[in-house]
This record gives sequence, C-alpha cells and structure tokens, in this order.
Amino acid sequence: MSPIISVKNLKKRYRNSPAPSVDDISFSVKKGEFFSLLGPNGAGKTTTISILTTTLSKTSGDCFVADLDVTTQSASVRAKIGIIFQNPSLDKNLTAEENIRFHACLYGLFPYRPLYTQMSNDYKNQVKSLTEVIGLTATDLNKQVKDMSGGMKRKLEIVRSLMHKPEILFLDEPTSGLDPLSRKNLWDYLTHIRKNNGTTIFLTTHYLEEAEGCDNVCIINHGKIVAYGSPSAIKKQYTGHHTTLEQAYLKIIQETN
Amino acid sequence: MNHELNAILAIAGRDVTKLLRDRTRIIFSFMFPLIFIGILGQSLQANVASSLGFNLLLFTFIGVTAQTLFQSSASGIISLVTDRDSDFAQEMFVAPISRYTIITGKILGESTVSFILVLSILILGLIMGIPIDWTRLILILPAGFLACLLGGAFGVLIMSNLSGVQSANQVFPFVIFPQFFLAGVFNPITHLPPLLFVLSRIAPMTYAVDFLRGLYYFGRPEYSLIVLHSPLVNLTIMSILFLLYLTAGTYLLNRNEKNR
Repeated sequence: MSPIISVKNLKKRYRNSPAPSVDDISFSVKKGEFFSLLGPNGAGKTTTISILTTTLSKTSGDCFVADLDVTTQSASVRAKIGIIFQNPSLDKNLTAEENIRFHACLYGLFPYRPLYTQMSNDYKNQVKSLTEVIGLTATDLNKQVKDMSGGMKRKLEIVRSLMHKPEILFLDEPTSGLDPLSRKNLWDYLTHIRKNNGTTIFLTTHYLEEAEGCDNVCIINHGKIVAYGSPSAIKKQYTGHHTTLEQAYLKIIQETN
Repeated sequence: MNHELNAILAIAGRDVTKLLRDRTRIIFSFMFPLIFIGILGQSLQANVASSLGFNLLLFTFIGVTAQTLFQSSASGIISLVTDRDSDFAQEMFVAPISRYTIITGKILGESTVSFILVLSILILGLIMGIPIDWTRLILILPAGFLACLLGGAFGVLIMSNLSGVQSANQVFPFVIFPQFFLAGVFNPITHLPPLLFVLSRIAPMTYAVDFLRGLYYFGRPEYSLIVLHSPLVNLTIMSILFLLYLTAGTYLLNRNEKNR
C-alpha cells in the first residue's frame, strides 16, 4: 500500500534567507497512522506542514498527499485534508456556528444560506453530532468567537476541520495555550475520531508526552531529520527503555545542535 | 449548486454579516457624506455654483455616491490583510477553491456592503432636500455595481502588495484620498493644469464617478458642462481596468502568499 503522505528530498529556502529552513528531508506516513513531527522552534516543522497543506511553495523535492502532488494538484489535496493551525484561524466577529457554516460552504458540503434556520437538516444534524461529542452546547454555538475561551475555540476548530471528513488531519501545535483538562479532552476526542474514522493524524507539538502514543516520530533540527522511528525505538536507541520520549528528544537535540 | 459559486456566496455573506454587526462602520458611513455633501457641498453651492451653470450640491451628491461605492469596495478588499494578520485568511487559503473564487467572493460581498452604506447617502440627500431626480437615480444605481467592481479590483491590486495591517493603514489613504479631488467627486475637473490632468486620468475613481454622472445627467442640459466622457467610453475603460487589476492583483496575491 502506498503511503498517504510521501516527502522526498524536500527543501525550502525562504526569500532573503541564507540557509534553507527545511534541508533535503524525506519521510512517509501510512494511512491511519498517528505521526508526529518534532523539533525545537525554527526547526522547520511549520514550514513542512505549510508545504504539505499547499499554503507554501517548496524550493525543490517531491511531496505527495493522498497520491496527489501538492504543487500541481493543490485544490484536490486541500479537499482531502483538515488543518488545525498553530494560531486559531476563526473569525472572531462571527458566532461559532457561523464559522462552521462558512467552512462547510467553502468545502461545498451544503448550499450556502445566510441564516442557520435556512440550512438543511443534514447540516444541522452533522453540527449537532460533532459538537455533542466534543462537549459544545447549543448556547456555545450561538456565541461570538471573541466571547469564547481558548479551549472552546480549539474545540470549535476541531469540529470545523472535521466537517468535511478529511482523510488526514494536520495538527500544528494544537494544544498550545490550553489548560491540562482541555488538552486531555482534546486528545480523548482525537483518539476517538482516529479509531472510528481511521483518520491519519500528522502532529507537531512541544508537549512531548502527546507524541508518546504515536506510531512514528520524526525529529528535525536545523531543517534536517535527526531521528526517525517509533517512540520506543527512539528511546531504546538514545536513552534506554525506561525513559521518556522527552529525555530521548533532549539528548538528540543537544547532540545535533 | 456549483461548488465555487457556493463558496463565493459564503464569502460574500460573511462580509454582509460582519457589516451588520459593526455599528461603528455603519455610523461612520453617515459621517463622510455628511461632511462632503452637508458641509463642503453646501458651502461650494452657496459660494461658487452661480458661475458654474449647474447645481453643485447635486453634482457632489452623485459624485459622493459613486465614490462611496468605489471606495467601500476597495477598502473592504483590504480587509483581507486584516484576515491575514488574524490568521483567518488561512481558513480560506486551505479550502479547495481557487484564489479567483476568494477574490470574487470578497468583491461581491464588499459591493453588497457598499450598496448598504450608500443608503445613508440617499437618506441624507432626502433630508437635505437636494433636487434629485429619484427615478433617474434609482435607474442608475444598478450601474453603480460596476463602480463597486472596479473599486474591488483596485483594492485587490493594492492589497496584493501589502505586508500587513500597518502598511495597509499607511498606503490605503495615500492611494484613495487624492482620488477624491482628482476624480472630481466634489470639484469640477473639466479644466485642469497638465500634471493634474494626467493624474486625474490615471485615477480609476475618475471613470467610476464620471460613469455614474454620465448616466444620471444623460439628456439633461448641463450634461456637457459636467461629464468628461460618454458612458460607453467610461464603461470600456472601467472594464479594461477591472480585468487588468483583477488578473494582476490575484496573480501577485497568490505568488506573494506561496513564494515566501
């Protein structure tokens, strides 16, 4: 079976930058895999995610998502993926439901109507079932985003990103700024959708314990891959079986700095 | 419904929803016409209109209507810079729709917003008792949509080269305010010194203002004193500029977004 994400010799150098941010990296992700790209600030994680999600052009190399070229088939790639950005990408002046409706209409899931009451029953049922699972109430849906807490905004982004049932969910530091309970709830939900829908998850995070449950981890530093494998294999290779991924990660980063 | 058309309607609908929640913008939409028509127009009418041979208040009223349609659409498009700064633009840029769909949706939305804002000018004209031929005015308002389209496309071209909200706040007044005078929104521009003549003909707002005036004054005795070009000439120039601005602006926007 061909991988759902395939990256070969990817290189990205920003304009006016002397060194590449991503320097000749290659990796692949299997369908249904929980994959994590780790690394310190500025290592090239967000650059890689931006290229894979078609919002940034690459300098060289090949990137395929769901067997589609991210450069030449970008619109088709975008239909297959869901993204939760590092910074919330919600319209603060719209209500939670209006943000979801906007997304659903951009993805062509339902015909656009100016009012919620005019939307189809299928839309209302899908919003209801998604929000119930994640713990948002009908009252929350009618709140303007600017009046919502950080945790609630993240939940809303997840509901929104799952409306079009993406095959791959890109999560760029999804829990930054969340309290421990909100983080736990978020991961419970992501585990649930991964099990139920077989969604591939591509994660970047600074909370290393979140990556412990991954199938595979790729650690990058200064734009290059410095370690790749399952968390247990990486721990075994660098710090031993009874250590944490964080300990192994710190050792790898120190050695490669 | 076609996917791209559905997305255009969603993007346009968002702009209208946001306007209806933005009390400050609605209140300020009354302020500019009040200054331009109520103060400037009235004072010019009282002091210089007798030598012109036409009603300067009505001249200003039609000019401000065209200017509002053009400017509101242009400034609305600049809000994409705000969306980019607040990270909301990412939501649109990762959706499976073309960049032209995003831009078309924004232009349609901001054009609708402009028409809502123009209502305040019409109300002001009614309150001030300006001698408006309401039948003519209502008939030319659909043509005002073309002024919105031109303003929107102009906004796309400007916005595609802006890096953030701060530069937008600096650049936008610089490219819009001189056009008030160069386009003859409240001052006749049939006779201008050579340099101002050239600048006036470069300013896209000139054609939007002259187009609406041409349609409003068509067949009236003061037509030749007021209108610079026939509506057909204005329409042709506006169409060319629209396509030029839209194509170049969308290309630059796409390139600047992806080729960082």
